[in-house]
Amino acid sequence: MKQWRFEICNRSGFDDVHGQGVLEDIHELGIKSVESACSARVYLIEADFDRDFAVGVVEELLTDAVCDEYYIGRSDAPAGPMQATIIEVHLKSGVTDPVADSVAMAIADMGGKARTVRTARKYILLGTISQSEAETIARRVLANDCIEDVIYGTDAEPPSPHTSPYELNVGRIPIAELDDKGLVKLSKRRDLFLDLREMQTIRDYYSESGREATDVELETLAQTWSEHCVHKTLSSSIDLDFDGQQVHFDNLLKETVFKATKELNKDWCISVFADNAGVVAFDEEDAICFKVETHNHPSALDPYGGAATGIGGVVRDPMGTGMGAKPIANTDIFCFGNPDMKLDDVPKGVLHPRRIMKGVVAGVRDYGNRMGIPTVNGAVYFDDRYMANPLVFCGNVGILPNDKCFKNAESGNLVMVVGGRTGRDGIHGATFSSGQMTHEHEDIFSHAVQIGNPIVEKKMLDTLLAARDAGLYEAITDCGAGGLSSAVGEMGEKLGAEVDLEKVPLKYAGLNYTEIWISEAQERMVIAVKEENLQAISELFAAEDVESTVIGRFTGDRKLTLRYDGDVVGQLDMEFLHEGICKYSRKAVWNAPKTTEPAIGAKDNYNEDLLAILSSYNVAGKDWIIRQYDHEVQGGSVIKPLVGVNNDGPGDAAVIRPKLDSDRGIAISCGMNPLYGDIDPYLMALSGIDEAVRNIVSVGARPDRIALLDNFCWGDCRKPKTLGSLVRAAQGCFDGAMGFEAPFISGKDSLNNEFLCDDGTTIAIPSTLLISAFSIVDDVNTCITMDAKEPGNVIFVVGLTRNELGGSHYYKIHGAAGTNVPTVDIETAAETARRIHEAIERSLIVSCHDCSEGGLAVALAEMAFAGGFGIEADLRGLPCTDDCTGAERELFSESNSRYVVEVEPACYDAFARLMLNIPFGQVGQVVHRQRLAITTRQRKTVVDIELDRLKDAWRKPLMLS
Amino acid sequence: MEQVKALVLRAAGVNCDVETAYALQCAGAEVQRVHINRMIENPKMLDACQILVFPGGFSYGDDVAAGRILANQIVHHLADSLGKFIDDGKLVLGICNGFQVLVKARILPGFGGVEKPAAQPVSITDNDSGKFEDRWIYLEPATSRCVFIEPGRRIYLPVAHAEGKVVTSDETILEKLDAGEHVAFRYVDSQGCEGSFPVNPNGSVDSIAGLTDSTGRVLGLMPHPERFVHPTQHPHWTRLKDQDAPDGMTIFTNAVNFVRQNF
Repeated sequence: MKQWRFEICNRSGFDDVHGQGVLEDIHELGIKSVESACSARVYLIEADFDRDFAVGVVEELLTDAVCDEYYIGRSDAPAGPMQATIIEVHLKSGVTDPVADSVAMAIADMGGKARTVRTARKYILLGTISQSEAETIARRVLANDCIEDVIYGTDAEPPSPHTSPYELNVGRIPIAELDDKGLVKLSKRRDLFLDLREMQTIRDYYSESGREATDVELETLAQTWSEHCVHKTLSSSIDLDFDGQQVHFDNLLKETVFKATKELNKDWCISVFADNAGVVAFDEEDAICFKVETHNHPSALDPYGGAATGIGGVVRDPMGTGMGAKPIANTDIFCFGNPDMKLDDVPKGVLHPRRIMKGVVAGVRDYGNRMGIPTVNGAVYFDDRYMANPLVFCGNVGILPNDKCFKNAESGNLVMVVGGRTGRDGIHGATFSSGQMTHEHEDIFSHAVQIGNPIVEKKMLDTLLAARDAGLYEAITDCGAGGLSSAVGEMGEKLGAEVDLEKVPLKYAGLNYTEIWISEAQERMVIAVKEENLQAISELFAAEDVESTVIGRFTGDRKLTLRYDGDVVGQLDMEFLHEGICKYSRKAVWNAPKTTEPAIGAKDNYNEDLLAILSSYNVAGKDWIIRQYDHEVQGGSVIKPLVGVNNDGPGDAAVIRPKLDSDRGIAISCGMNPLYGDIDPYLMALSGIDEAVRNIVSVGARPDRIALLDNFCWGDCRKPKTLGSLVRAAQGCFDGAMGFEAPFISGKDSLNNEFLCDDGTTIAIPSTLLISAFSIVDDVNTCITMDAKEPGNVIFVVGLTRNELGGSHYYKIHGAAGTNVPTVDIETAAETARRIHEAIERSLIVSCHDCSEGGLAVALAEMAFAGGFGIEADLRGLPCTDDCTGAERELFSESNSRYVVEVEPACYDAFARLMLNIPFGQVGQVVHRQRLAITTRQRKTVVDIELDRLKDAWRKPLMLS
Repeated sequence: MEQVKALVLRAAGVNCDVETAYALQCAGAEVQRVHINRMIENPKMLDACQILVFPGGFSYGDDVAAGRILANQIVHHLADSLGKFIDDGKLVLGICNGFQVLVKARILPGFGGVEKPAAQPVSITDNDSGKFEDRWIYLEPATSRCVFIEPGRRIYLPVAHAEGKVVTSDETILEKLDAGEHVAFRYVDSQGCEGSFPVNPNGSVDSIAGLTDSTGRVLGLMPHPERFVHPTQHPHWTRLKDQDAPDGMTIFTNAVNFVRQNF
């Protein structure tokens, strides 16, 4: 069979956008010797067709007649005086190649047949480049070692696509005989990430049953018992020593986050902490669900693939909630290292923060956009400690009919796997993400990186929703962490299940049964199907080219039985698998750090401070990221992430209408402030909840229908101090949820976010709690935005400003942290939120902005430049505490529970009456003059800047190419 | 004709079909969303409808190039049926990815005459910015003979794409597009003037945002009219006191009205 090779590149006169991007990235690396970079696409097609047909394929299918030219075969290095370095990047054998699949299908449409299709990218770099520079460029810019192979020059052969078939070989491990040392060794050797007590529990199980373990049984236990899957830290018993005071928890989660939900007992909560996502009521017909996941470790190794599969994975949570929800919105929140960091300062085994950021954004973009799900809300935080452990939070909101909120698999139902095929990608993701990262992870855990194909997921989604509505399956769940082992194990927990692993469709031959069972290959769902519906559902999937395969059956024996070609290769009691894990008790300590307020001298003018805060990466505009996401697909967008007269101001929360023929909406927001956590994690949690509530209330959503989600990302919680900070945050979650009457409905934790450098030092992330919130908007036509609307309108601040600069951005730009972290007076905060909502509902305010990072000065600046009108502020009316003295506190204090609102003169009285007994005050007015001027209580004008300068300072820092 | 019927074509990766169908419904059409596999099995289903829409999305993941794989399916399985559909005086609309499909299947710019061009005279390629972008732009109608377009009405719509730059194989093609009024819309600023980025969001030659064929009954455009059929879809509707009918609706209403009057 002939191997055809086609090279496609841009015709001269048409920009090689990809090549230009590569050249920029190379220059960013500090390699200036490369003068130009050209890219070409390479297709390797093994087929029987003749040259005429081959020319047809390349001309009609692979080449754009206007923009491209092609070469059949392997082109030589370009002639000319400049040294040319040729680098080709091929996918490693077995890595998903969606383009190749599409090309094979298109060749069939043309009447031909290809045996194999592979794709590659070729780069021609001109300039005097050493071999070591070429290797650096390949490693850092062109290729990802985890999934790609690089070949140099024009002679080297691309990697072979063929993998050899698998021959059954059951691995038996005499675990019953092992001593403690042997158990620890076994756990380490097999990357089980199980500790000694867990291994002892497993050993005792086998001793009692008097048999050897098989490899797949141990792997199943390791997946199911991983931190990722069972949250053993958060649900363990904990003794906290908090500044000398002793607090005991039998189960931390149940006594904090869950407890608030239970005590609040809201009738609109349909399913909480039970399914893949939390479900709440929406309207008469439908319910809404929301889940936020993290995908941190994979994104550190392969930012693009890790983030893409982060979105792909979280989308499958609502798809696997109840009988399956339709995804209607994505959220994404990222934490990165400083993008300006010097290359030399980046530790071995870590990618540069800038590369991580670009890759993560591109990954979320490509997966979310292709799935046709709008990405509507997000945030980005920067701190050097995220350098080796970037955090990637991906959220998804779904809608499902009220009568499809619960599932019910029964014994006798068939186990069917739907969607993508299983490959070697993503093996050990659950266990790997539960451990600490080291400088060697890049090599050892490359197989933990998953490769996404959003179109497979989209096809699967379309057909699953059709099957759901036709009532063709009984239960559904996603294949996430732990792959089939978790999905089948969970769905069959109360029943028992038998699975024939050789039936699972594979991407390529050679996988052993354990790999099949625990692979985290993407885009797969597991459903339980009644035998009588098998034909109908199979036809429904086949009609839209979605693969579905029966791989087993739910039994009634409460055992998990795994077979390969008829041989039993593993059998575990469901009870041991799900309940057998030992309970932990842990020690936690939190002593309030001894911090002091910095001495930063008072000044006459704060223009430069305000500009510096606006330009600091955490506050600066995220336009560059937001616009790369389709935030309008599905047609439901009401309040977009960018608002204002030029569509470029920072909106507080997103609002969407999930149903095109209804004006009922949902608002989505988030709150997070890791800077506070260093000083007081309890207040960090309260502040996060307050911020999420403020954001959501600011656009007009109901404060009495807010549901919350928690995502805890912490360092190594075996360290009592780290765990102590986690416990304090969990206590904050309880108090905040109770105070705002906003129940938590779902959550997730990612612990062990620490990186062991090759010099033996450890980098731990700052304790990071993300609070996501969503609520109902009864009528989206009442929503408002944060941009100043009209000169002559009056600006009020609602809520008390205190002496609270601890962890503020003002201190941060001065290199300090301070100690007075913003507190929350929950009762007043909740009442303020209710009054603001009423004011919006009664159209008494025309704009409302949450006052948060950077304080009042930043909020006023943002409202002014987003609206295109100046604001003249006079802070004599600012409600503040007695100790809130000095311009810097008035301007930059980050006190919670504050809103800046704009009121038309005609509504002045009604608004003031409504705010009675709430701290509020008039602080200025909207003006035509294109400046922000702020005069303090001492009648000194301390800020006076033209809007363009403010806006530039805010917009430009993150305007990346 | 009383009941206008429209088909919205689905395929793997198409993702704007639901809201496009909704916009057509609002305009008064009876709409069916149909998977490409069903249409290939039974091209005769086209006989029963008068409007065919290729909606936005990422058909087949934009693999090889945006719209290419679906265009290849059209060329090899549906060319005759679609040719007859257009010859029968019916309407074809391609939005975003659908526009890319129409161009890559050589249905647009549709200079007319018997022979289809062997090679594409026009193509749509990577934005100058090199990345996907979602932003709102103004469109100025550039032809008076396209049935979807209200001449003289400047409209405001979002674009959301990575490959939206319209290019031609040479200058003569550009002249031909101009002379035959094949350019349906141009990107302009709020005052109606052409300009560079971001007025022209992708770097299209001659600011071309959409094309129509020689009959004026086939329209392809990069912006998304189906995303502005409700007042709260406007990006700063909270600043606007009185809004006209949403701009995107005009495209769908004109299409439905044309069918009503001519069938």
